[in-house]
Amino acid sequence: MQQPAIQVRNLRKGFRKRSGFRKKSELWAIDDVSFSVAQGETYGLLGPNGSGKSSLIRVLSTLLIADSGYVRMLGFTLPEQAEEVRRIIGRVSVDAAFYKKLSARENLLYTALLYGQNARQAERHVMEILEQLGMENAKFSTPLEEMSRGMQQKISIARALMINPPLLLLDEPTTGLDPKSRRDVQTFLEDLQRREGTTILLTTHDMAEAERLCARIGFLAHGKLVAEGTAAQLVQHAGAATLDDAFIKLTGEELTEAELSADYANCAE
Amino acid sequence: MEATLRQTWAFLFRGYHITRRYIGWVVVFNFYALVTSATVALIGVAQNDYQLTLTLVVGALLWNYLSWLYQEIAMSIAYERWEGTLEYTFMAPVSRAVHLLGVSVFSLLNSIVTSVIVLVGLMLFTNLNLRGANLFGVFVVLAVSTIAFVGLGLFAAVFPVMSAERGAEATHIFQGSLLLVSGVYYPIDVLPRWLQPLSAISPATYTLSACRKLFGVGNSNSTAEYLAGAPLSAVWHELLILAFMGAILLPLGLLVFMRIEAWAKKTGKLKRTG
Repeated sequence: MQQPAIQVRNLRKGFRKRSGFRKKSELWAIDDVSFSVAQGETYGLLGPNGSGKSSLIRVLSTLLIADSGYVRMLGFTLPEQAEEVRRIIGRVSVDAAFYKKLSARENLLYTALLYGQNARQAERHVMEILEQLGMENAKFSTPLEEMSRGMQQKISIARALMINPPLLLLDEPTTGLDPKSRRDVQTFLEDLQRREGTTILLTTHDMAEAERLCARIGFLAHGKLVAEGTAAQLVQHAGAATLDDAFIKLTGEELTEAELSADYANCAE
Repeated sequence: MEATLRQTWAFLFRGYHITRRYIGWVVVFNFYALVTSATVALIGVAQNDYQLTLTLVVGALLWNYLSWLYQEIAMSIAYERWEGTLEYTFMAPVSRAVHLLGVSVFSLLNSIVTSVIVLVGLMLFTNLNLRGANLFGVFVVLAVSTIAFVGLGLFAAVFPVMSAERGAEATHIFQGSLLLVSGVYYPIDVLPRWLQPLSAISPATYTLSACRKLFGVGNSNSTAEYLAGAPLSAVWHELLILAFMGAILLPLGLLVFMRIEAWAKKTGKLKRTG
C-alpha cells in the first residue's frame, strides 16, 4: 500500500501570550490535529481566521516547530529531517513576500539559484508556468511593486512550482484576488494536479474553491480538526443543504465577510 | 559543489540588483560617509598637524570599512525581515553557513567600494602623502580583522531575526558602542576608566592600533613627506589577537545565529505577516 504523502498525528502548537503584568497564558493554535493526505490528492483545510490553518502550513513548511506530535512528509519526519523536507515542498502564502523593488525575473532567478538550479533552465521553466497562469511575458521585467496583487500571487505560485516540488502547500493562495485571477489560479492547480500528480494541501476561506479543487476537506476551528471527508460526506454528515451550512453546523462558526476579504491572517495563525 | 556555488551566487545576485534599484540611496550613503570622514580629517588640517590628520584619516577610513561590513551583514537580514522574504530563505535547502557566507561576501565587496571612495575623497581633502606607509601590512591586518568583523556582523544579524521592528535599532546601538570604545578618533586612555576595559574586547581597537603603526603614526621618524611605516613584524601581537578573535567570533556568530533561528521557529517569532 502506498504511504500517504503527508501524515500528521496528534500535532500541538501553543503560543504564549502576555495577559497582564507578569501573567502569561497559552493559546493552542494547533490542538491535537491528525490527518493524512494521499499522494496526488488535493486536501483542503477550511477555517476562519485564527483557526490554526496557517500555523499548520508553517509547521509543514519547517518555519514553525511543533510542541508535540508526529509529522511525516514523503518519508521524512519533522523537525528532524527539515533539510530533506525543504527539498520536496513548495509554499505559497496569502502574503506574496518578494523583494518588491526587484522585477519578477530577478526574484525568480534568485529563488532558482537559492535552490541550486541552473538560472537559464529555470527561466525557461518559469516562463512556461507564467504562460499557463495567463501572464504576459512583458510583465516579467516589471518590478513587483508595480504589479497588482493578482499578478504578484501568480509570480508567487510560479516561485513555488519552479523547483518542481512533489508537495505543494498553499495558504489561501486566492484570497484577495479578482474573479479572473482566482479562476486562472484554480484552473492551473487542477491542471497541475492532473498532469504532474502533485500532492496539494490547500487552506482557504472559500467554500466553492474547496469544493472545486479538493478531493477531501477538513474543518478547523480553534485549532482542532472538527470534521473531515469529501464535500458530499460533510454536507450529509451535518444534515445541511450546502458546504457553507455544514461548516457552520459542524464548527459552530461562520466565515464572516470580514474574514473572507482579509489579506492577512491574525497572530494566532 | 556546483549547487553550493550557485547558492552563494544567489546572494550576490540579489545584493547587486537591490543595490542597483536603490542606487540613489547608495550614492547618498557614500556621499555622507565621505563628508563625515572629511569633516573629521579636516580638524587635523586646521591644526596644521599631519600626525593628527593621519590619525584621523586612518580612523575614518578603517571605521568606514569595518562598520560598513558589520552593518551590511546585519542589515541584509533586517531587509529580508522587512520584505518578508526571510521565511523563504529559511525554507530553501540552503545551509545557514552558505547563506551567511553569500551575505558576507556581498557586504565585503560593498565595504571595499565605500572605503575606496572615502580614501580617494580624503586624499583630495587633506593632501596627505602616504609614501613610506606599509600598505601591504595594512592589507594583511584588514584581511585578518575582516573575519572578526564578519563574526560580529553575524552576532548583530540575530537581532533582526528576533524582532523585525527592534532588531535594526539594536544593531545600531551595538555599532555605536564599538565606535565609542575602539579609539577610532582618540586614544583609548581618554575614555572614562570604567569604559576602558570594553575597548580590549573590540577587534577594531587592535585593527586601528596595528594600522596606525603601519602608516607610521606616532613614529618620530615620520615626516609629512615620508612616513616611517612599521614592518609587519611590529604588529604581530595585534595580528595574533585579531586572528584569535576571528577564530572565535566567526563560528560563534554562526552558532548563535542558528540557535536564534531555532528559537524563532519554536516561538513563532519569524512570522511578520500572512
